[in-house]
Amino acid sequence: MIDLQINGEIKHVDAPDRMPLLWVLRDLLGLTGTKFGCGIAQCGACTVHLNGNAVRSCVLPIGSIGTRAITTIEGVRATPSGASVQQAWLAAEVVQCGYCQSGQIMSASALLTTTPHPTDAEIDAAMAGNICRCGTYVRIRAAIKSAAQLAAMRGTDGDRTDNV
Amino acid sequence: MSERKTPSRTNRTQISRRDFLKVGAAAGGGLFLEFAVPSAGGAKTGVSAGHEFSPNAFIRIDRKGAVTLIMPQVEMGQGIYTSIAMILAEELDVRLETVTLEAAPPNDALYRNPVLGFQVTGGSTSIRAFWMPLRRAGASARAMLVEAAAQDWKVEPAVCSTAAGAVIHATSGRRLPYGSLVDRAAQLKPPANPTLKTLADFRLVGTAARRLDTPEKVTGKALFGIDALPPGVKFATLIASPVLGGRVIRVDDATARAMPGVRQIVVLDDLVAVVADHTWAAKQGLDSLNITWDDGPNANVTTEEILEQLKAASLRTGVVAKSVGDVATALNVANRVEVTYQVPFLAHAPMEPMNCTVHVKPDGCEIWVGNQVLTRTQAIAAEITGLPKDKVIVHNHLIGGGFGRRLEVDGIAKSVRIAQKVDGPVKVTWTREEDIQKALYRPFYFDRFEVALTGAKITAWKHRVVGSSILARWAPPAFVNGVDRDAVEGAVNLPYDVPNFHVEYVRQEPPGIQTQFWRGVGPTHNVFVTESLVDELAHRAGKDPVSFRRDQLGRAPRLLACLDLVASKAGWGQVLPRRVGRGVAIQDVFGTNLATVTEVEVDEQGEVYVKRVVCAVDCGIVVNPDTVVAQIEGGMIFGLTAALHSEITLAKGRIQQSNFNNYRMMRINEAPKIEVHLIRSVEAPGGIGEPGTAAAAPALANALFAATGVRLRKLPVDRKALAAGKSA
Ligand code: FES
Ligand code: FES
Repeated sequence: MIDLQINGEIKHVDAPDRMPLLWVLRDLLGLTGTKFGCGIAQCGACTVHLNGNAVRSCVLPIGSIGTRAITTIEGVRATPSGASVQQAWLAAEVVQCGYCQSGQIMSASALLTTTPHPTDAEIDAAMAGNICRCGTYVRIRAAIKSAAQLAAMRGTDGDRTDNV
Repeated sequence: MSERKTPSRTNRTQISRRDFLKVGAAAGGGLFLEFAVPSAGGAKTGVSAGHEFSPNAFIRIDRKGAVTLIMPQVEMGQGIYTSIAMILAEELDVRLETVTLEAAPPNDALYRNPVLGFQVTGGSTSIRAFWMPLRRAGASARAMLVEAAAQDWKVEPAVCSTAAGAVIHATSGRRLPYGSLVDRAAQLKPPANPTLKTLADFRLVGTAARRLDTPEKVTGKALFGIDALPPGVKFATLIASPVLGGRVIRVDDATARAMPGVRQIVVLDDLVAVVADHTWAAKQGLDSLNITWDDGPNANVTTEEILEQLKAASLRTGVVAKSVGDVATALNVANRVEVTYQVPFLAHAPMEPMNCTVHVKPDGCEIWVGNQVLTRTQAIAAEITGLPKDKVIVHNHLIGGGFGRRLEVDGIAKSVRIAQKVDGPVKVTWTREEDIQKALYRPFYFDRFEVALTGAKITAWKHRVVGSSILARWAPPAFVNGVDRDAVEGAVNLPYDVPNFHVEYVRQEPPGIQTQFWRGVGPTHNVFVTESLVDELAHRAGKDPVSFRRDQLGRAPRLLACLDLVASKAGWGQVLPRRVGRGVAIQDVFGTNLATVTEVEVDEQGEVYVKRVVCAVDCGIVVNPDTVVAQIEGGMIFGLTAALHSEITLAKGRIQQSNFNNYRMMRINEAPKIEVHLIRSVEAPGGIGEPGTAAAAPALANALFAATGVRLRKLPVDRKALAAGKSA
C-alpha cells in the first residue's frame, strides 16, 4: 500500500511502486479528468501538479512521490491560480474537443503561480510541452494573459471565489 | 459552475431513450406526438407517469417547462452541440442557458444526416444538413405551443407571440409558460409548413453565444469515451499485426501470465490483447509477450514502391470528372506548363487515442465509445456478435478529436472481438503507437497537370488526380462511374474562368495500407495543388499573385470579395525583409468562401517560422461567429502541422512513425498569430470545420516561394530545399 496525497485527501493505493501516477488516477481512483495522450512525456495531456509544479503523470512512478502533494484538474480550482485559469479559459472560449485542456490548464496554472505575469516567450516555453490537436494555441496565449490579470485582481480583492 | 447538462452526463438515460424511440417509431413512423415518459426520464424530471411534449425527434418539453434538445450530431470540438441548440432554441424561442442537451441514440430513420444519407457527423456538413430541418423542428413545436395557448385563451393564434419559453397574448398581457401547455400541445397535429422566423427576427443565431459543452471540459468532469468506467470493468490494450493482413502464428505469454494484475491474454487471428486490472498492467503484460507474426503478402511494402505505382498510374488516361471546352487544342500553345505534385499519407492522431469499452453478454452488447457513425457502430457490433441490432446499446460520448478517424468502426470491431472473449465489461485503450501505426490514413495523392497561359490568363487546364478511393469503400453507392467525388472535390470546382478545363481521376489503391477521410478531405489535397500551380502561373505571367487571381474570378463574386478583404487586412504589397514572404490562397469548398494570406520567415538553414495568418471568410449565414473563428484557427493549425511536419511512411510493410516524438505536432511556440475576418452574408450557411485546414498548405507554400524562390511541389515542407543558396 502506498499513501498518496491527492487534492488534499490521503488515498491508500494498492499498486506497484513503478506504476505511473496517471493510471492510478484514472483506473484505480476513477479521477478521469487527467488524460492519456502519449505515455512518453511528449504531449502533456496527463499533466498534474506535484507541490505546485507541473509534471507528466504518465512517466511518474508513484513510488517516487513520497509525501509531495498531488493536484489534479479535479482539484486545481483550489490552487492560487487554478480558478482564474479556468475562468479565463471559458471567457476566451479556448476549448474545442477539450481532451488536451486538463493538461493545458494544469500547465498554465503552474506557470502563473511561479510567473504571475508571463511574457509571450515565457508562455511558449511553459506550454510547449502541451499539444493541442484542435489547435487552440492562439486562444491559450490570450487566456493565460487574462488569467494573469484575473489572478492579480483576486489577489488585491482578497480570496474571491467566483464560480468558473 | 452552471447547471447545464451536456450529453456526457446524460448518456446513462440512453437505454430508456431507446425504448421510447422504439415505441415512437412503431406508433408514429418517426414523428412523436405524445409518449409516456420512460421510467428513467420520469425519475430525472420528477414528473412521475406524466406527459411530455415531443413534437419531433429533436425536442422534448416536460410539464415543468424543462426543455431537452436531442443532438443528432456528435460533439468533437467543433461546437456543434451549441450551434444546433442555438438553431432549435431560436425557432422554439427558449433561452439557450435553460436547455438540456442529450446525445441522439443510433437511429438512421430519425437522425439521418440529409447531406450524407445516414446518421453521421462529418464533411463539415452539420449546419448545412440540419439548418432547415432544425429550424422547422423548432418552429413547428413553437406553432403547436402557440395553438395550445390560443385554444386556452380562446383567441386566434395569430395574436399570440412567444418569448423565453412562454406564449404571450400582448393585448391582455396574459402569459403561459411552455410547461403549462405540454398536455394540450401534445394533442395537436404538427403544422405541415410552420412559419420560420425571418433573419431580422433572429435573437440568438448570429450571436457569439457561450458554448454549452465547455464548463465541464475545464474541470475534468466531461466524459470522453476513454473515461467510461462501467462497474466491474477490466482494462486491456492490444497489438495488431504490424503489417496489414498479417497473422499471429505463436504467442509466448509465460512472463505476462505471471505478472501481477494481468488477468487474461486474448489471442485472435490478427491481434493480441492483454486484459488486466488496470491499463498499466495490461501494457506491461503486452510488452512482455513474444509474438511471432506471419507478415503476409504486404511484408515488403515501401512508400517508394507506392509512389512508383502512383506515378505509373498518372500516365494512364483517367475517368473524366469534368470537361469543358477543348483542352487538347488549347494546350497546343507556346506558354505551356507540365508539372506534378504529391501529398503523403497522414495519420489523424486525435489527442484521445482510439478506445472502446464493450460488454458482450449472451443476450446483448453494450458499447461505450465516442464515434461519428453511431448506426454503423451498432451494426458492426451486431454483425460480429450475431445479436439483433436492437440488442446493441451504444452510449456515445464526447469525442477527444475526430478529424475523420472516428468515421470508421475498425476500432469498435476489434474491441468487440476482444470483449467476446472476456467475462464482463472491458475497456480497450490503444497505445499512441498502436493508434498511429494500425490506423487508416489520408490517401497519398499524385497529381499531373498540363496547363496553358495566354498573356496573364489561364486558357487550358488539364488535371489528373491519382490516388485511392475512400468513397468506393466507405459509401459504394456514392462511387459513380469510376469517379471518386471526394478525391476531385476542389479540383473540379476551380473558381477561375478557364475556358478549356478538364479533370480526370485515376484510382490507384496502394498495397499494405488503408485510406480514409482526414480533416479537409479531398479539398485539403486539391486546394494545395491547384492554388500552388495558380501561383506558379502568376509568377510565370509576371503578375502579382493577388491581381492574377482577381482578374480571373468573374464567376465568383463572393470569393473575390474575400480576396480583396484579405489583401487589404494583410497589407498585401508591402515591401518585406529578405527571406520573409507572403503567400495567398483562395477556395470555395464545403459551401464556404475563404481567402488566406500567410506570412513566413525562412532562416539560412531552411527552418520555417510562420508568423501570421490572415483569413477572410464568407460562409453564408453564421450561427455562431465565435465558433466560426475558432474552427478557422484550429483548422489552420491542423493544416499547418501537416504541411510543416507530417508524413506517414512504410518500410517492410510497417508504418515507421509511432508517437509524437517522430510524428510531430505543431506546438504553441510555433503557432502563428491568426486573424479571421468574417463577411456578413445572407446566403445559405456553409461548412466551417474543414476550410481552414484546406487553406493552410497552399498559402504557406506560396509564402515560402515568395520568401525563397523555391517552389515546393510536395509535402511536407522540405527544409533542405529552402536552405540559403538553394534558391531557384
Ligand atoms: S500522456 Fe503524459 S505526456 Fe502524453
Ligand atoms: S481542445 Fe482538442 S486537443 Fe486541445
